[in-house]
Amino acid sequence: MRDYRKGYELAFKIITNATALLVVAIVFFILSIVTIKGFDHLSWEFITAEPTGDMLHGGIWPMIKGTVMLVMMMSILTVPLGTVIAIYLNEVSRKNWFYNIIMSAIRTLAAVPSIVYGLFGFAFFVNIVGGTLDWMIGYEDRVFQERCLLWAAFTMGALTLPTNVISVTEALKLVPNEQRHAGMCLGYTRWEVIKWIVFPQAISGILTGLVLSISRGAGEVAPILFVGVAYFIPHFSGAPLDQFMELGYHIFVMATQSPNVDKAAPVLYATTFVLLVLTFTFNAIGQIVRWIHRRKMSR
Amino acid sequence: MKIENKAIETFDFSVKYPNGVLGCDSISMPFAANEVTAIIGPSGCGKSTFLKGMNRLSDEFNCTYQGSVIMKNGTDVMNLDPYELCLLRGNKIGYVMQKPVPFSGKTILQDVSMPLRANMEPDGGNVYDKVKSALEKAALWDEVHDRLNDLSTSLSGGQQQRLCIARAIINAPEILLLDEPCSSLDPKSTQLVENLILELASDHTIMIVTHNMQQAQRVAQRTAFFYEGKLIEYDFTNAIFNNPSDELTGDYIVGKFS
Ligand SMILES: Nc1ncnc2c1ncn2[C@@H]1O[C@H](COP(=O)(O)OP(=O)(O)O)[C@@H](O)[C@H]1O
Ligand SMILES: [Mg+2]
Repeated sequence: MRDYRKGYELAFKIITNATALLVVAIVFFILSIVTIKGFDHLSWEFITAEPTGDMLHGGIWPMIKGTVMLVMMMSILTVPLGTVIAIYLNEVSRKNWFYNIIMSAIRTLAAVPSIVYGLFGFAFFVNIVGGTLDWMIGYEDRVFQERCLLWAAFTMGALTLPTNVISVTEALKLVPNEQRHAGMCLGYTRWEVIKWIVFPQAISGILTGLVLSISRGAGEVAPILFVGVAYFIPHFSGAPLDQFMELGYHIFVMATQSPNVDKAAPVLYATTFVLLVLTFTFNAIGQIVRWIHRRKMSR
Repeated sequence: MKIENKAIETFDFSVKYPNGVLGCDSISMPFAANEVTAIIGPSGCGKSTFLKGMNRLSDEFNCTYQGSVIMKNGTDVMNLDPYELCLLRGNKIGYVMQKPVPFSGKTILQDVSMPLRANMEPDGGNVYDKVKSALEKAALWDEVHDRLNDLSTSLSGGQQQRLCIARAIINAPEILLLDEPCSSLDPKSTQLVENLILELASDHTIMIVTHNMQQAQRVAQRTAFFYEGKLIEYDFTNAIFNNPSDELTGDYIVGKFS
């Protein structure tokens, strides 16, 4: 009898479906808790106002602004650089021992805990780079050698760069070599092959990777702890050399530092809700761009 | 073999892969202008390597070369710098691969016009005419003229291969290298492509690698037999198939090995 095959098939179906359901349930659970507990506290004022001294009243506008600016500056720093590095690694360099060393170094960097990046950011960007800049320009006071949004963005950039490079490399690897060779046979230079053949095919994979690494960066708090995020700066100017507030860190503060737990809870959940909405928006934009591109590729 | 009007000639030409394999070994071979020359031989004997060596696609496999490949105007393909090489591939030597390679995400019109960009042709108005003429020469125009904006990957295998041929001839190269262009095609598409080869031979010098000995007899005036990277015999196709002078050639064409 072959009945055991049916049994395996059934078990396979049950397990896979149950797992899928579990994932959906977890997402649903998180979303509903955050929504239920924070919804009452949400208002237009909560989003657009500055916080009061005890941070239990007013709004979270500086944190939203800080988070968005941090993510944007980080992306501007890291996306072009990561893409160029990945293009170099996958399209230009020879696949020899040197390439292997660089790739494993990048994989290792991607696995370094984010708090280590925070320490690195403080030591390197704030003290070494900032200190050198001050010295070169001749400032008497510390101007660049201070914790600020700029160095936080650099630190986040350093954190997301390896993931970035890896995801773009993976997307480039998915383009078959025959496509490149066919381009070369038509007289294309290496750069033209990349620009007209490889890149258009890889762009959807590249975008997916970028969105993932950006939203990872947006959700990280640890790396910016030492580099620029502040406990309370209600009038955040938006200048790169100022300290700033950030949603993730604010959630951490509200959850652990507030003397009045009952009053802090709604603010906490409402802030979490806003952070989630922001991250989902980043993701959604990425997915929409990807979807449009997919349709173009397979009309 | 003696040839009066040569389009290209190789002298002691060897291509070595980085793993030490000598893909083709000291091949000296002239090619008659505006004729079809077939290259036959068992699989792994270096036919593809020889062809890829001639337009230096083997650079992409980090191959090293010995000997020379001399064009009609006296240039040695092996001495070209990377940019001259691009010009050569774009304008002088067309190449068609074994499996059709349409560019994913490109429309038929875009796909066939790809080489125009490499040819530095800025006149946009001309693109359509050139694509049309190339597709006509490739016997594909009638099938695709009303769907030029469909993706090239949506064509059938045989159509895709004719599209690749159209793409290879759009800049009117003197030389056309075809690496088993029919091996993934059905008999009907094969026949179409063979007819096409015969027609293109009037103004192109064509080298076709083939596994199919009937095909060599149908399309080629001259045939070369390769074995283990070496050129064993090179003669008029009739002579090779009816009266081979080498025992190995004879054994191969009667099917003693393949
Ligand atoms: N990329 C490669 N790297 C190393 N050796 C190769 C490569 N491609 C082909 N070869 C070797 O070169 C020889 C000739 O191969 P090829 O030219 O593909 O033969 P054919 O086209 O006649 O079947 C074979 O021994 C093959 O194993
Ligand atoms: Mg081959």
